[in-house]
Amino acid sequence: MSDLSRRPPDAAVGIEMPHESAALHVTGAAMYTDDLVVRTRDCLHAHPVQAPHAHARVTALRAAPALDVPGVVHVLTAADVPGRNDAGVRDDEPLFPTEVMFHGHAVCWVLAESPEAARLGAAAVEVDYEPLPAVLRVTEAIAAESFQGARPTVERGDVERGLASSAHVFSGVTETAGQEHFYLETQCSLAHVDEAGQVFVQSSTQHPTETQEVVAHVLGLRDHHVTVQSLRMGGAFGGKEMQPHGYAAIAALGAVVTGRPVRVRLTRTQDLTMTGKRHGFHTAWRVGFDTDGRLRALDATLTSDGGWSLDLSEPVLARALCHVDNAYWIPDVRLHGRIARTHKASSTAFRGFGGPQGMMVIEDILGRCAPLLGVDPTELRRRNFYTEGQATPYGQVVRHPERLGLVWDQVLANGRVAERRAEITAFNAAHPHAKRGLAVTPVKFGIAFNFKAFNQAGALVHVYKDGSVLINHGGTEMGQGLHTKMLQAAATTLGVPLARVRLAPTRTDKVPNTSATAASSGADLNGAAVKHACEQIRARLDELAARRELGWEDLVREAYLGRVQLWAAGFYRTEGLEWDPARMQGHPFKYFAYGAAAAEVEVDGFTGAYRTRRVDIVHDVGDSLSPLVDLGQIEGGFVQGAGWLTLEDLRWDESDGPARGRLATQAASTYKLPSLGELPEAFHVSLLRGAHEDGVVYGSKAVGEPPLMLALSVREAIRAAVAAFGHEGGVVELPSPATPEAVFWAIERARLGSATGQAVPAGTGVD
Amino acid sequence: MATPGVTVNGRSRSLAGVPPHTTALDWLRGLGLTGAKEGCAEGECGTCSVLVARPDGEGTRWTALNACLVPAVALDGQEVVTAEGLGTPADLHPVQRELATRGGSQCGYCTPGFVCSMAAEFYRRDRVDTPPDDEHGPNGFDLHALGGNLCRCTGYRPIRDAAYALGAPSPEDPLAARLHRPAPAPAPTRVDDPTGGFARPRDLAEALDLLREHPDARAVAGCTDWGVEVNLRGARAPYVVALDHLPELRGLSVPAAPGAGFEIGAALSLSEVESALAGRIPLLAEVFPLFASRLIRNAATIGGNLATASPIGDLAPALLALEATVVLVSAEGDREVPLDGFFTGYRESQLRPGELIRAVRLPQPLAGLTAFHKIAKRRYDDISSVAVAFALDVVDGEIARARVGLGGVAAVPIRARATEAALEGRPWSADTVRTAAGVLRGEGTPMDDHRASAAYRSAMLEQALLRLRADHADDEGEVPA
Repeated sequence: MSDLSRRPPDAAVGIEMPHESAALHVTGAAMYTDDLVVRTRDCLHAHPVQAPHAHARVTALRAAPALDVPGVVHVLTAADVPGRNDAGVRDDEPLFPTEVMFHGHAVCWVLAESPEAARLGAAAVEVDYEPLPAVLRVTEAIAAESFQGARPTVERGDVERGLASSAHVFSGVTETAGQEHFYLETQCSLAHVDEAGQVFVQSSTQHPTETQEVVAHVLGLRDHHVTVQSLRMGGAFGGKEMQPHGYAAIAALGAVVTGRPVRVRLTRTQDLTMTGKRHGFHTAWRVGFDTDGRLRALDATLTSDGGWSLDLSEPVLARALCHVDNAYWIPDVRLHGRIARTHKASSTAFRGFGGPQGMMVIEDILGRCAPLLGVDPTELRRRNFYTEGQATPYGQVVRHPERLGLVWDQVLANGRVAERRAEITAFNAAHPHAKRGLAVTPVKFGIAFNFKAFNQAGALVHVYKDGSVLINHGGTEMGQGLHTKMLQAAATTLGVPLARVRLAPTRTDKVPNTSATAASSGADLNGAAVKHACEQIRARLDELAARRELGWEDLVREAYLGRVQLWAAGFYRTEGLEWDPARMQGHPFKYFAYGAAAAEVEVDGFTGAYRTRRVDIVHDVGDSLSPLVDLGQIEGGFVQGAGWLTLEDLRWDESDGPARGRLATQAASTYKLPSLGELPEAFHVSLLRGAHEDGVVYGSKAVGEPPLMLALSVREAIRAAVAAFGHEGGVVELPSPATPEAVFWAIERARLGSATGQAVPAGTGVD
Repeated sequence: MATPGVTVNGRSRSLAGVPPHTTALDWLRGLGLTGAKEGCAEGECGTCSVLVARPDGEGTRWTALNACLVPAVALDGQEVVTAEGLGTPADLHPVQRELATRGGSQCGYCTPGFVCSMAAEFYRRDRVDTPPDDEHGPNGFDLHALGGNLCRCTGYRPIRDAAYALGAPSPEDPLAARLHRPAPAPAPTRVDDPTGGFARPRDLAEALDLLREHPDARAVAGCTDWGVEVNLRGARAPYVVALDHLPELRGLSVPAAPGAGFEIGAALSLSEVESALAGRIPLLAEVFPLFASRLIRNAATIGGNLATASPIGDLAPALLALEATVVLVSAEGDREVPLDGFFTGYRESQLRPGELIRAVRLPQPLAGLTAFHKIAKRRYDDISSVAVAFALDVVDGEIARARVGLGGVAAVPIRARATEAALEGRPWSADTVRTAAGVLRGEGTPMDDHRASAAYRSAMLEQALLRLRADHADDEGEVPA
């Protein structure tokens, strides 16, 4: 067992405790970036001028009329930018564009004394546009060969030979919908200029360092002139990994230009129309099985909808390609990826980061092909699990593949799945207008950033003379409980009660050069860095303690008097990672997180509406750092995933009319996320026991993203229920998202015994 | 008239100088009470939920409202409690304690809103007497109380568990004690501001006078529609007249004799109507839980719902099926018009300038077989793709009378007259229903939009009747004694 993963007796890690800010949350005392605004004097408010075209050239921009609106102070345009006019890190996202690339693209920003004045000012700005043709759907982009960025391929073996030697070959297309993050707190930044030209930006950001870098390059400053603080976020889910930078830059630029604090807070509609979402994917595939239903070969081309700029589309695509295999051994594979450029908001990170989209391909294939193979889908999945010694298509040997079988068998047992199948069969026989379905799906999710450099973290731990401890680390808190876990880690390493330890908000002047809090890796990386810092302090104190028996406070006081350093910087980098992005081969992940879910739904034959009756989950979080936090991540991730797959429905105006490209679902009244009514009626989650993960902080595992993909079980359960409306052995094709309407049409097809566009034997199918 | 003000968390706060379009949410946040937050600004997420003391018979009911939709000046004279007023980190309120300790908050942004919505239900006087079922906990907690609050982090399980773990308020709890005293009387309010005026008249006569003086005035009640216009579309009115406390618009009479009808005051909130009717009109009892969310129903009024003349407006199809009439009042007096025909076009009605809806009347006897089918993407708190209301009388196996109201298939809510004709006078049989369902499928002129395709809408009309038959195949539709 490594030092990093060894857990001492009576550790504070592993204690079931609520979120460290829970008492502040429930009393309204927890502050978010925008709550600072009423406590800030002379603050100006920013409002964007959003273009009413999906694609257009800006031929003229007249800001003067806005300045006539009472309360308007300034209109920010490209002319104000002293540095680089770019809101991202790839020089492809002008902060003030001359070419509008999506409907709602902000071309300039109005600063005013009140939000109302800023809104009226923005309406007064006159912009002339020359509309240009717009590409919206991925299929349009494929036809027009409108792609951007890398076009990687993961390949192993000889896929053509594998397909040729397969007993059964099927082909089809799987389309995967995007998803809006709908963090309850919209994008928000508040900037002011300190003394000596220092710029201080409070931003709701998952990546303070990158926000700092973008603010600095827009302002033409070096990074040390800019400090970014992320107090806490009202949800993020990946949507605040790259998206906040531009808004922070607007606030900072406004503060520099006017000398006053500037607030940028997007309204919900601005946020929905301007910020990136989960990538939708289009995948064309051919798959081969042997006579026993074992996967032999898979050839797939995944095309993601990147939107107008690259943003994080390349790493998202890489992760998608690395998760098409999910839990299954496929000997011959060719997975080709490409990124469509469309005239929509730039797609970005979203919990799972391509993993869900990749995984959905293979689960869709298995769900569609099981009846064609005559194998029960649960058995088909189980039969194809990785076993010891097998490697993924990108060449990483799968560690602990036996855990797939463990979580699977436990879910079947906990959920009384065999018994309930009989109950469901009886129910379905007795109910012509309602059918139930049950499905079990696995998750194997790789942990670490594919981009190797991001796999590092820092921490700064202070012990004050009174024995109190203050920790800082590079990770940000978005509700996932990272700070709770860090407090537990620090108390464990220092050997002090939890109450002695406090955590300060994340700031770039405390811990520099941080990685995004993303890829589920926040606790792995920052926990190890916090532990490293605390160990240094503990070692110094232990020297002193060896000489005299002292309580913590006396020990600390003695140490100070003895001129012992009572603070330390911690650092961690994940060892053992190798990745060749050109060949798409290597060992990109530290380990895999495993889980399995059994979901039962009831589908109404009159409407296609459904309810999730019961969900059982067994998930592998290693030795949990904080069980209540991990439980919350699993349940919350699952419900969010179910929302993505069944309910949340992004629609754009795809007509050729003047509103082409406009997001039609641009408010909470039209974009529906799960509410309490979508909570599974029975929801049983357990953590895999005895799951110590060697080489990871206190034996734990990452938990933020993997559970989202457990929700694929709901989609597969709907498929099973729909199939029950049709003849035995019928194939059900489900669109994404599987809304009640989509399910209703699937039922109609099942009843008629046809499933147009379904998986069909290759050669006869229509892709 | 006294300087306008609101009691917030027990402390008196002045509304002097607050412009009429400032929302209660922005005003509270400006006071430093930043617990309530903006999540959507259209009453869909509940992040801005606060408690307001509202009349409940002789006493008071703590009522949760979306502060983003209510103008601050509309709260003149009222008592408001926010999450900050319920407890402090060192002294948590029972609702706060259950949520905090059970993992009910992750990012915490939606949490103060959940706290207020949950507290309203915690204090509901008849809560503990409510029998548990799928949507009520062992403590009588009605989960619909939280249907208008969105959480993106937790998946809701710990929130449900927290709600179901609540006990009864302690006798020393000041907010529980407050229930036994009358709610604050409505305060007549006049605000004149360069950005517009706001008035809360004392009575109906004054309201009608104001509407005559200000022909361009916007009459509002719960502001659940107007608030969205203000927040999302930048609508501003030169003058706003608040009707929701007018005593003449707040009566509800339940018929004593079988021949008499119901009269429901236009300014009663849907929650108040739901509670006062107590299931006496089964069709409406089916509609209420499906109509927006409890947060919205606590504010939205029956008159407001009809006056907006939404093509969907879930209440309208049901009221059409019940053959409701609306009582309109103006300086010239009352006139009663059938709801069928009241809607004249997309968001247009027979209401004349200076005229208000005073009440809705429903004739008796009520149809024996009624049902409301709402089709939407989400089970609760969603806007209908299609809404279908049935009111049938089946006598000796024959459909003596059929009324079918539809929403979402035309510019206005309509009666499905061809379907009614295909049902009436025919046996309540599978054959009749199959034929009539085909007719129903062709009613209206449904559109393709982001909610549903036209084809699905039409199919749902047909399916609604097939389901009615499946649910009530053996039902003769006799009114139980």
